[in-house]
Amino acid sequence: MSVLLDNLDLFIRGFLGTIQLFVIAAIGSLVVGGVLAAMRVSPVPFLRGAGMTYVNIVRNTPLTLVLFFFAFAWNRLDIVTLPFFALAASGLIVYTAAFVCEVLRSGVNTVPVGQAEASRALGLNFGLTLSQVVMPQALRAVVPPLVSVEIALLKNTTIAAGFSVVEAGSIIPSLSERGYNVLVGGLWVALGFVILVVPLTLLQRYLERRWRVAR
Amino acid sequence: MTAVLFDVPGPRARRRNRILAAGGGALVVAFVGYVLYRLAATGQFESQKWSFILYENIQLLLLGALLATLKAFALAAVLSLLLGALLAAARLSDHAWLRAPATIVVEFFRAIPVLVMIFTIYFGLPSVGITISTLWAVVVGLTLYNGSVLAEVFRAGVVALPRGQSEAAYALGMRKTQVMTNVLLPQALTAMLPTIVSQLVVVLKDSALGFLIGYPELLFTTRTLGSQGQFDFPIIPVAIVVAAIYISMCLMLSWLANYLERRSRTRRRGTPPPTAPERVEPELVGA
Repeated sequence: MSVLLDNLDLFIRGFLGTIQLFVIAAIGSLVVGGVLAAMRVSPVPFLRGAGMTYVNIVRNTPLTLVLFFFAFAWNRLDIVTLPFFALAASGLIVYTAAFVCEVLRSGVNTVPVGQAEASRALGLNFGLTLSQVVMPQALRAVVPPLVSVEIALLKNTTIAAGFSVVEAGSIIPSLSERGYNVLVGGLWVALGFVILVVPLTLLQRYLERRWRVAR
Repeated sequence: MTAVLFDVPGPRARRRNRILAAGGGALVVAFVGYVLYRLAATGQFESQKWSFILYENIQLLLLGALLATLKAFALAAVLSLLLGALLAAARLSDHAWLRAPATIVVEFFRAIPVLVMIFTIYFGLPSVGITISTLWAVVVGLTLYNGSVLAEVFRAGVVALPRGQSEAAYALGMRKTQVMTNVLLPQALTAMLPTIVSQLVVVLKDSALGFLIGYPELLFTTRTLGSQGQFDFPIIPVAIVVAAIYISMCLMLSWLANYLERRSRTRRRGTPPPTAPERVEPELVGA
């Protein structure tokens, strides 16, 4: 207990950093992933190919390598010099967006073709078909796995600790420097993550159960 | 093209698609071109920055780093398969005293980040008098996490089998263990093989976390080589080479997973009708 109480400042700063990074990266990954998904389901072959290439490359790259690139290589390209926090957030967005894109794309594909054909036969245009028929059904299939992806993002924010960003992962090396019992400290950090992740997991399972019978 | 969203295009739609293709294509090309331009403008393609590749010592260094990555991957993969099997067996057990702790262990290790585990093991064990090498810190951390994930995969595979399978086996007079090892597991493993291989991709990618505690694997070596002044600090060229190595290794494993998936799908009798809704598989994100 003393490990936690003596270093309360460290824990509070760490978890606040994690939550900040998570919120920014989650919003960013949803936006970028949405654009990528739109490319992957578009009627333009070139855009579909570009989206697919992005997803295949990024999904098969370790996140550590993506963050490595942003931390050590980005500022050498002389585009804009960014602080480590922004670089870490960009890396997390670039990586997570590929997974968000895949979930959204396969979500659209869960809707049977007959649904869209029937709505077109009724005279609904593209916008109405999308908003009234396809999306309400796709959303049910998409939200539970999307929550899983964002949970993974929350856990992955710890990797930013390796690149000079103050967040929950960096608590452990700091404790080690201050000479506290790190085994106990690590368990407190783990407990913090359990507290953050378990509500999201329960939400995901609830949504999955509730919406599974819909079709 | 997604048939759900778009009908077969007519003349107007084709014209609109061509405009979209030109506009979107120009944006994509401009973006990639700008990145390449920045790389060229900051001298990343100059021969001095790539000259490191010509030295035998450095080739051997990179090869050694690749082997270190593969070693951590292989150890973690084998151990997490074993741990996963053990935990899955415990979670499927009829005894509550085995089931409950296994459930807690699996849920706990799935909820906490791999890096927190690796850090806790690496920085924490010395404070109780156990020194652990960077390799084993990575391997143990990866094993605890991926073992728990694989346990859930195995369990899901067994639970998804039709009840008739175990009922028939019991009717034949088999014991509990026989039913599991002779009837349920062979079928569950075949069905789950693609997912298991996909999880191995996650293990391979996560082995890069060893960089953060100084395990001399590919990324660590990239950092070392990138700070060499005699090659004009070639961190971007080395990172490009290492990225290519990682991506090709993971792509090969992903293809294997896809191949297994396709094979098991064609083997299964009664392929589903083409309109049957596809399920969104839970993504294996990893780090």
